[in-house]
Amino acid sequence: MMTSDNPYEKRNRETAGERSEAHDRERSGVRVIIVGAGQVGSSIAADLAGSHDIVVVDQDGDRVEDLTYSLDVLTVQGDGTSLSTLEEAGVDEADMVIASTDDDETNIVVCATARAVSDAFTVARVKNTEYLRTWERSERAFGIDFIVCTNLLAAESIVRVVGIPAARDVESFAGGRVQMAEFEIPTGSPVMDQTVAEADRFEDLTFAAILRDDEIEIARGDSVLHEHDRVVVIGAPSAVRGFATTIAPDEPPGTAEEVVIVGGSEIGYHVARLLGDRGFKPRLIEQDADRARQLAENLPTAVVMENDATDIDFLEREHVGDADFVVAALDSDEKNLLVSLLARRLGVERTVAIIDTSEYVELFEAVGVDVGINPREVVAEEITRFTREGGAENVAIIESDRAEVLEIEVDGESVLANRPIHESVADLPEGVVIGAITRGDEFIAPRGDTTIQPDDHVVVFLDACIVDEVTSKL
Amino acid sequence: MAIRVDYRASLSLVGSILKYLAVPLALPLVVAFVYGESVVPFLVTMLVTVSIGGGLERLRPDPDIGAREGFLMVAVTWLAVSVIGALPYLIEAHGLPGLVPPTAPESTLGNPPNALFETMSGFTTTGATVLGRISLDAHGNGIMLWRQLTQWLGGMGIVVLAVAILPELSVGGAQLMDAEAPGPGIEKLTPRIAETARALWGAYLGFTLLEILLLYGLHMAGMAPAMDAYNAVSHALTTMPTGGFSPEARSIEAFSAAVQWVIIPFMVAAGANFALFWHALTGNPERLPRDPEFRFYVGTMAVITGLVTLFLFVGTGLVSFAPPGTTYDAGYLAGVQATLIGNVEPALRHATFQVVSLMTTTGYASIDFNTWGASAQYLLLFVMFIGGSAGSTGGAIKVVRWYVILKSIRRELFTTSHPEAVRPVRLAGRTVDERAIRGIYSFTVLYLVIFFVATGLVFLDAGRVGLSLSVLESMSAVAATLGNVGPGFGLVGPMGSYLDFSASSKVFMVALMWLGRLEILPVLVCLTPEYWRQ
Repeated sequence: MMTSDNPYEKRNRETAGERSEAHDRERSGVRVIIVGAGQVGSSIAADLAGSHDIVVVDQDGDRVEDLTYSLDVLTVQGDGTSLSTLEEAGVDEADMVIASTDDDETNIVVCATARAVSDAFTVARVKNTEYLRTWERSERAFGIDFIVCTNLLAAESIVRVVGIPAARDVESFAGGRVQMAEFEIPTGSPVMDQTVAEADRFEDLTFAAILRDDEIEIARGDSVLHEHDRVVVIGAPSAVRGFATTIAPDEPPGTAEEVVIVGGSEIGYHVARLLGDRGFKPRLIEQDADRARQLAENLPTAVVMENDATDIDFLEREHVGDADFVVAALDSDEKNLLVSLLARRLGVERTVAIIDTSEYVELFEAVGVDVGINPREVVAEEITRFTREGGAENVAIIESDRAEVLEIEVDGESVLANRPIHESVADLPEGVVIGAITRGDEFIAPRGDTTIQPDDHVVVFLDACIVDEVTSKL
Repeated sequence: MAIRVDYRASLSLVGSILKYLAVPLALPLVVAFVYGESVVPFLVTMLVTVSIGGGLERLRPDPDIGAREGFLMVAVTWLAVSVIGALPYLIEAHGLPGLVPPTAPESTLGNPPNALFETMSGFTTTGATVLGRISLDAHGNGIMLWRQLTQWLGGMGIVVLAVAILPELSVGGAQLMDAEAPGPGIEKLTPRIAETARALWGAYLGFTLLEILLLYGLHMAGMAPAMDAYNAVSHALTTMPTGGFSPEARSIEAFSAAVQWVIIPFMVAAGANFALFWHALTGNPERLPRDPEFRFYVGTMAVITGLVTLFLFVGTGLVSFAPPGTTYDAGYLAGVQATLIGNVEPALRHATFQVVSLMTTTGYASIDFNTWGASAQYLLLFVMFIGGSAGSTGGAIKVVRWYVILKSIRRELFTTSHPEAVRPVRLAGRTVDERAIRGIYSFTVLYLVIFFVATGLVFLDAGRVGLSLSVLESMSAVAATLGNVGPGFGLVGPMGSYLDFSASSKVFMVALMWLGRLEILPVLVCLTPEYWRQ
């Protein structure tokens, strides 16, 4: 079974009795109402339409009509905060209501309204972290069962990328004892053209897969790493960091005070705060005097500077060019691009930019931004992942659902239990890699003869096409 | 010219549907076998449809269709099933040269344009026929059942059925159903389009089974001696799709008054929006009587029925003598006059039956309404243009379009005297989008333009081959084919046939039925150069 420290499963268990009747009705799947058909809502709807019964609610008639034909979902035009609209969308039969409009207060009212009339599990997207605080204090606040904070999530994903510079994606499992990371092999990397056996110099690291264009290759000892391949590794955090240094020696991870954040937006603030918590000493540049003062008061670990970040003299004077990382977190995409290009020019190693318009992400990455982060995309992915897997912490989706890495707690009936790995893997299809095992606080590197015991936590890599088949057996 | 439409993907999906056409062909095959008739027509057609379908599927193994491909796929599907569905008629008439002798060498359907006309008339649920002799003596029970079955398949829609059973159609499914289903726009009932399609087909199947039971029940109760099991199934198969084919030459006149009364409510149901039945069955029965389209539909039907009943009851709605060259003789007319004039029940029954049958575009007849006078006939011609509701199996312009047009005309009158007034047009409490209103107007105008132009062409072509045709006859022939009604007046009256038209007129009417069933635009759009380019 899956580990279940998340509120969704808990609530499902609590209300299982009263719900079973509703489940017996002829509905084929889980009914999810999504309020707000903007970028976040439609992207969640697109990801879930295959596996869930989706009803999308939006006020904009054109958006609603577009979705009716482009996705296999039911659409309702109307105000999601009004009871009649929610009832028209079938809120009394819904298993889940996701409020994903661009407005925090609307989302909160949608959840509260849904809670008032139904048993549905409610998910709200908010930008303002204050609402998140309130909710964290009392988990029943606003009638919301799960809250997703856009600014915080975006900041967290930036921090993960900063933590391991060469990584495209990093996720933690088993309470931080295991990390999964996806790296792109850079040009001129020492591991280029080496085999996996040669590149793997770490005891606690497992090579899961190599992604090349549209293919997924399960890593074997003799698989060769080419330039621009993306490799997925699972292992102890120290080993993952060590591997990051191996593939890109000029980008050492975790060198403090070398991060410059441009823009004191909510996201910029959270990036500074989170980096501060991790022992970095980031510098934050904010143009507005009052905001800069407020940030400086709230961020004891950061150096806040008040200036226009596109002022080249200032940047040179402050040696911004020596930074390992520049995070562009201004309010406009164009300014973020400009700052990233300027930083690049001054000699900054890597740049991360917040890009609000999703269409720009690829374009900006092509002209010189190393990693573009789209807050809406991050939120949509988080909600999708949460809805689909019923858990926020234990699943990572790799490259828009081409593969998954998930954490499971082994029980007695699992094919893995009480057998050496090479035996159990023979019973599973191609495309499964056991990445790491934790037993209590202990990290165990999986080898062919390792025997997995019940209650062990196992982090596995699964090719997307076999996920359903395999998860039932584990 | 660079073609920007992935026509291979469209054809590949048409192929999948053709492959599945072999399944319904098994029913007439079994019936033919049970009655000891030749199964060759069906066996050969099954082989042909599976091999052509399989071949087309190979054009694009994993088709991904957009809006344009959807239109093409729907339009081609209807043409393709009609061409293949004509094979059993051709094989029955010709046999397989050198291998199997023909079983009905006299059949008028041996002529390819006739066979195509009959099949298109079947699938589009028109009910216009070119059979020389409608009788189970002239044709096998299997062939006659296939004729009924084509209407049943076409009624709720071949593509809707495909969306219900083919998982690969789920994403573009809404678009496809929109192109095929009657009325402006479809109403999605469930999150998954396949479930909506299944719900609609489920309601349709349910009504069909209920009608079979009731009709056969009447037979068992001794109230319908002619309605044996074969006839009960055959007629249920063509009532629910508002089809109108009957294995009896005299249509429903061949059956008792009880049968006629039972069929009326089923025709009414077939012309109503099936989504309302779904709501009724899932706990919202109040939506049916509250629906403005349904009320308008029933109301119009009731008013016109009342008028026709009155005309028949007092006798002004009947002709006074039988002119030469008509489909009835003086004896029949005298019988009609004796039955209707001054008798409430027969006058009401025949008026209701004819009005409901022609308005829902079913096309059954309980009497030869060529014996009716100009006043009653005019009303019948009028209702042919109203048609069924959106989301029904009926044809023609559809009640909802008339309803919206009338409401917007009323708004026009109001804003003329109050130019500042802002008045949205509402339908069931919801505002109708101005673009949708424009779409409704242009469809209606297009429908009427095609009607008038086609009437002229049919008239001209009749003159060319020396067929004497009155204006009313050619108008009703076009209204009946374009509106998928079936019978018209005079030559093409309920007991007559379209056999006397020239081959070119018949092929032209095949096109009219095809246009009418798909509501013109999905077919016309595929014929514009802009569709294929850009």
